[in-house]
Amino acid sequence: MNILSLSRSDLITLICFIIAVLSGPVILEPFGAGYPDLLQKFAIFGIFAIGFNILFGLTGYLSFGHAAFLGVGSYTAVWTFKLLSMNPIPAIIFATLVGGAFSVIIGYISLRRSGIYFSILTLAFAQMSYNLAYSVLTPITNGETGLQLAQSDPRALDVAFGRDYGAVLPPSDLFGIEMTGYPGFYFCATLLIICFFISMRIFRSPFGMMLRAVKSNQNRMNYTGLNTRPYALAAFVISGMFAGLAGGLLAVTDPLAGAERMQWTASGEVVLMTILGGSGTLLGPVIGAGAIKYFENIFSAFNETILLNAYSFLPESLQHMMASVSSLFVGEGWHLTLGALFMLIVIFLPGGLMEGFRRIKGMIGRIGGGGDVSSKSETAPAE
Amino acid sequence: MDAILLQILNGLDKGGAYALIALGLTIIFGTLGVVNFAHGALFMLGAFCAVSVKAIFGLNKITLDPTQLTAWGTPLEIRQPYVEIWFGDFGRLMMEYSVPVSILVAIPVMLLVGIIMERGLIRYFYKRPHAEQILVTFGLAIVLQEIVKSIFGANPIPQPAPDTMSGMLDFGAVIGMDAGNVVYPAWRLFYFIFSLSVIGMVFAFLRFTTFGMVVRAGMADRETVGLLGIDIDKKFTIVFGIAAVVAGLAGVMYTPILSPDYHMGMDFLVLSFVVVVVGGMGSLPGAVAAGFLLGILQSFASMNEVKNILPGIDQIIIYLIAVVILLVRPRGLMGRKGVMEN
Repeated sequence: MNILSLSRSDLITLICFIIAVLSGPVILEPFGAGYPDLLQKFAIFGIFAIGFNILFGLTGYLSFGHAAFLGVGSYTAVWTFKLLSMNPIPAIIFATLVGGAFSVIIGYISLRRSGIYFSILTLAFAQMSYNLAYSVLTPITNGETGLQLAQSDPRALDVAFGRDYGAVLPPSDLFGIEMTGYPGFYFCATLLIICFFISMRIFRSPFGMMLRAVKSNQNRMNYTGLNTRPYALAAFVISGMFAGLAGGLLAVTDPLAGAERMQWTASGEVVLMTILGGSGTLLGPVIGAGAIKYFENIFSAFNETILLNAYSFLPESLQHMMASVSSLFVGEGWHLTLGALFMLIVIFLPGGLMEGFRRIKGMIGRIGGGGDVSSKSETAPAE
Repeated sequence: MDAILLQILNGLDKGGAYALIALGLTIIFGTLGVVNFAHGALFMLGAFCAVSVKAIFGLNKITLDPTQLTAWGTPLEIRQPYVEIWFGDFGRLMMEYSVPVSILVAIPVMLLVGIIMERGLIRYFYKRPHAEQILVTFGLAIVLQEIVKSIFGANPIPQPAPDTMSGMLDFGAVIGMDAGNVVYPAWRLFYFIFSLSVIGMVFAFLRFTTFGMVVRAGMADRETVGLLGIDIDKKFTIVFGIAAVVAGLAGVMYTPILSPDYHMGMDFLVLSFVVVVVGGMGSLPGAVAAGFLLGILQSFASMNEVKNILPGIDQIIIYLIAVVILLVRPRGLMGRKGVMEN
């Protein structure tokens, strides 16, 4: 089977996506987001959301415990750094595998139930992992302090290959290229593109069709004699591996891991990213993840002075009033904006930003004499 | 024996809170068919009713006394709470009993909040999938808790129990055992009794009033009740309000046990959902029983003897039980057939 057997429109989407990601630093420069730390976050959470979307978008199973896999991935990656090598490649391989292994166990049990029971089960498992990481598993996770590198780490492979980092704590490096700044971003971006491609292949495959069928009517699938559970489990494990990979990458760009990555608010965040972008669409989750991380970064940096400057065109009294009102929503209060955004999206645009784009496109198409508006990317809204 | 009794007591107050929240969740789910992730936020709002009442009672009238000087040479400020000025000794009593007094404030406030929530948001989600209900109420919970955070700050605000109930009660002596072995904070026992009475009132309301009968009928078969010419929507709005009041009361009275902060609701919500699922979706007695059961089991799991055998069990016991129950008895302990089966 030809691995690149994509339809023409998919190929165009993929190429556009690759160009957009690789030129990210240039494109996002005018928005004040063109610096590597943030770009790395875009890519990493993009991967996380793409993975989540394979489960939620395709099968409709709403998992509230995906952050557990992210956290497990991070811990695995840091342990790989400590024990084997500072090279990110073994770290992310192990992170993905361990994330996958965890999701096999959790998925096997959770998928015995569906609907809200499934959500509660995954939530229960994630909370269990979080609580254990904080308490009993402290020897592995280093509890509240978080797992960090130490000078006394064995780093067996590095030693075997005669690499000595001396007395400093090394950043992870890919055969001598340090994984910070832009090299770190391009490493994450490459993986993001690979993940996007995998997700595209899944969406277009018979397997993807099967997952969609699970979402639309599981009973009917069972009546036709198909056991749907292996398919759902496969989707769950794939998304768990994506989450493990994302967790591993978080550790690659910044080698420490803490239990708070597993908290259920973190699981909620990835749900939000997927919904905001448009669940069940290819590009949606990446856009959603980018948008949330971007606004988180921008909004939480705002303070009173910046607000006053922003409203400087208004008369003085109004200026102060506006500043104090909007200061509720930025800086410390950024979560308020997040929550409100969440509600607005679910209420008015359940299909997410991608549905919004599609509607706008449709409108333009109608005005322009009803030209062909079938989009190049898959934009079917979530059921 | 003493240790076991003490652990049961320990579990009862927490179990009471779980039971009250889970009861409200179940009522809402059973009547409206909505999965309300904002219910923990209602619990939190109740707790902050108590905080605001205490803050209002604590408003001082500041008078400057020029005859007395402070160490800095400024006139001494004499602070006297307004309630004390207006009501005298009764005012002082009210300040001391600010937590129980807050109940009177919390009932109308929470009823109003519940009704506004239902009319303004929830009713548009009756026909939408459960996933969307979860998501929108989750968003609402974040919004509510952030609003509270911006008003009251992020730190826990301790609320004292009234002096008469803040001491210890020798529970062992009360039930005829040796004195001094089972000594327990009086307020926690009071909380348990309080939660039982609220639960009793809710059940009595549903069982013995016409309104309750209609609501129960609506839970069983909404459509038929509608066909009988009863405006079920209006009834259910009030039911939502009542569920909000129950959660709010649970929060008000819990403040002396746990100093309220803005994310207390989320912490309780996750556990309460587990409680609902263990008890059986849509079963009111199930929710109450599971609430107390899990509260007591949790306190047993945090005994040192148990922790030595199974380290960390106290952290995960509730979730572990939920997993086991869901796999062994998919409908929960007392779940009804046909609820959330698809």
